[in-house]
Amino acid sequence: MSAAPEHAPTMAQATLAERIGPFMPVLLVPLLALAGFVAIMNPASWLTLTVSGLAMGMMIFLMASGLTLVFGLMDVINFGHGAFVSVGAFVGITVLMGLGHLTEAPSLMLNLGAVLLAVIGAMLATGAMGWAFEKIIVAPVYGHHLKQILVTMGGLIVVEQLIIVLWGPEEIYFNRPEALKGAITFAGAAIEKYRLVAVVVGLAVFAAMRWVLRRTKIGLIVRAGVENGEMVEALGYRLKLVFVGVFIAGSALAGLGGVMWALYQEVITAHMGNHAMILIFIVVIIGGLGSVEGCFIGALLVGLMQNYIAFIEPKAALISNIALMVTILMWRPMGMIPVVKAK
Amino acid sequence: MIRSLLSGDMPRSLPLALILGGILLCLALAPFLFPGVRTVDTAARICIFIVLVASYDLLLGYGGIVSFAHTMFFGIGAYGVALTSTHMGRGFDAIAIGALAGATLAAALALLIGLFSLRVRAIFFAMITLAVASAVAVLVSQLSGLTGGEDGLTFKTPRTLGPAFKFGKEVFDGTLFGVKLNGKLLAYYFVFTGALVLFLALLRVVNSPFGRVLQAIRENDFRAESIGYRVVYYRVAATCLSAAIAALAGSLYAVWLRYVGPDTVLSMELMVDILLMVVIGGMGTLYGAMIGATLFVLAQNYLQNLMGAASGLVEGLPLLPELLSADRWLLWLGVLFILSVYFFPTGVVGRLRGDR
Repeated sequence: MSAAPEHAPTMAQATLAERIGPFMPVLLVPLLALAGFVAIMNPASWLTLTVSGLAMGMMIFLMASGLTLVFGLMDVINFGHGAFVSVGAFVGITVLMGLGHLTEAPSLMLNLGAVLLAVIGAMLATGAMGWAFEKIIVAPVYGHHLKQILVTMGGLIVVEQLIIVLWGPEEIYFNRPEALKGAITFAGAAIEKYRLVAVVVGLAVFAAMRWVLRRTKIGLIVRAGVENGEMVEALGYRLKLVFVGVFIAGSALAGLGGVMWALYQEVITAHMGNHAMILIFIVVIIGGLGSVEGCFIGALLVGLMQNYIAFIEPKAALISNIALMVTILMWRPMGMIPVVKAK
Repeated sequence: MIRSLLSGDMPRSLPLALILGGILLCLALAPFLFPGVRTVDTAARICIFIVLVASYDLLLGYGGIVSFAHTMFFGIGAYGVALTSTHMGRGFDAIAIGALAGATLAAALALLIGLFSLRVRAIFFAMITLAVASAVAVLVSQLSGLTGGEDGLTFKTPRTLGPAFKFGKEVFDGTLFGVKLNGKLLAYYFVFTGALVLFLALLRVVNSPFGRVLQAIRENDFRAESIGYRVVYYRVAATCLSAAIAALAGSLYAVWLRYVGPDTVLSMELMVDILLMVVIGGMGTLYGAMIGATLFVLAQNYLQNLMGAASGLVEGLPLLPELLSADRWLLWLGVLFILSVYFFPTGVVGRLRGDR
């Protein structure tokens, strides 16, 4: 009987590429910002563009996060997600216009209070709508992608048309609250105040989502459910309930995103959600379906890319996002941070 | 004879056969049965949409792939003919080159999109096509130097297809059964023949071994892969084929309208219309495309008036007039769409054939 072979583990140092690999998606954002700086060569314009790109990215993230979580958790692809964006915008702006005495007052506190009320109204409306949407439209077609896409698309059409019935077919123009108008000058760059607010709100929501997902019991169940739903159910958790909760939360977030987006554009139309869906899809695909972090990074990339390219070559702005998506899918076919593996 | 023309895919139900025969007869004799500018225009639109919807059904019904770029391919074909007819002058050679170039470009684009989205998961395809199609639609309206922008392009087709061209003066005295023999009539039969040939070709494709494999992939892609079929290749091939046929349908549409514009050939609403036609007629059977397109185009042209009348009846009641107004017909179609996906996913044809 021969002796067992000598135990000789090799401790090769991981190469630089291997060590950087996992952090690569996170590094892409500063890299893109740097590339933008090199391409623009003007610190003031670069700063303006970067802030507006980040603001745009944050708003897209708000709208997209619900979609990616819903997909990750229950394998449901909701093409009607844009409906929540539109409804959120219409409800929010209606509330805001009703609070004219608050929004026209030159006080930051009163203005923010009005926006807060509008956001709460929009989130309540879209949350309730999300619950109904899940019950009526999505629930009967679980586990059937083709039907999900068709039915949720149908839901989007119906909601869009209902918005037109309730609010009329014309675009609605409005003004931002007094304190959010105008820009501040910083290091020679004009930065719109509202964009700063959008960045802060986006960061706060992202931090809150991360905290809920990483530090709380419910977040643990959601993450486990994304990873392996059957096992979580076998442990006795009613994943269906969790899912409905996530769907409602995701819809409410889309509503919040809708209000923010509407305030950014200062005009709302029934089709705005449908238009936003295009960017949302690009973001969730390059982020990796099911990943909140990936979605956040993807949203920032898309926002920055769109603003830089629009400055350098306006006509290429649309194509740039498609190009970004193609490049990232060539590099990582499942998106930057793939989460859902086996489904 | 009929069996081989239909590639062995018989209607398999008497009512269905009668309806299909009726549609075919009405379309074949439309200028004589329903003389009138508007009715003939409706018939031509039905012919073109039958082909467009049938090519979409090859993807959705047979391949189980949802695409939102079908209007893009349709538009590429239409713009192909428009551009060659504008730059090469009127003539059949311009139409042929434009149609061919459009179909080739559409197939190449479909190949590209298919290769980098279908290799991962089929649902990526739906999202990516949505993004690409909307980018192309905006691009077309922005590149106004080439495409005429939002206004689109108006161009001339060969003289023989225009209303000014008269023929048959000696034999029939210029009319046949009271219908003037002019180029518009020829144009209708040009569209009708093109549509018929394309439809029969599609029927051949879906009833070939290739179509059978597609159906197998739709039912269970994992199993099809295990049996030894390269799922990605089949899906990409189906995408390219349906894109090329959609482009050819677009060329026919351009020849008929003598005009292309982003709203008529590229809009998202057109895509939604196609989806509705496929689902209402019945997914997974090309006869469904025939019935769906006919019902839908007729409804689009005539139901809107009916809804306007209904809206007039309930005037004075709260909200109801707005819900019933002719502009809101998409709302009711959306509801109908959801209900038909739930309750009869096999559509009209499935019902008539007595499938489950």
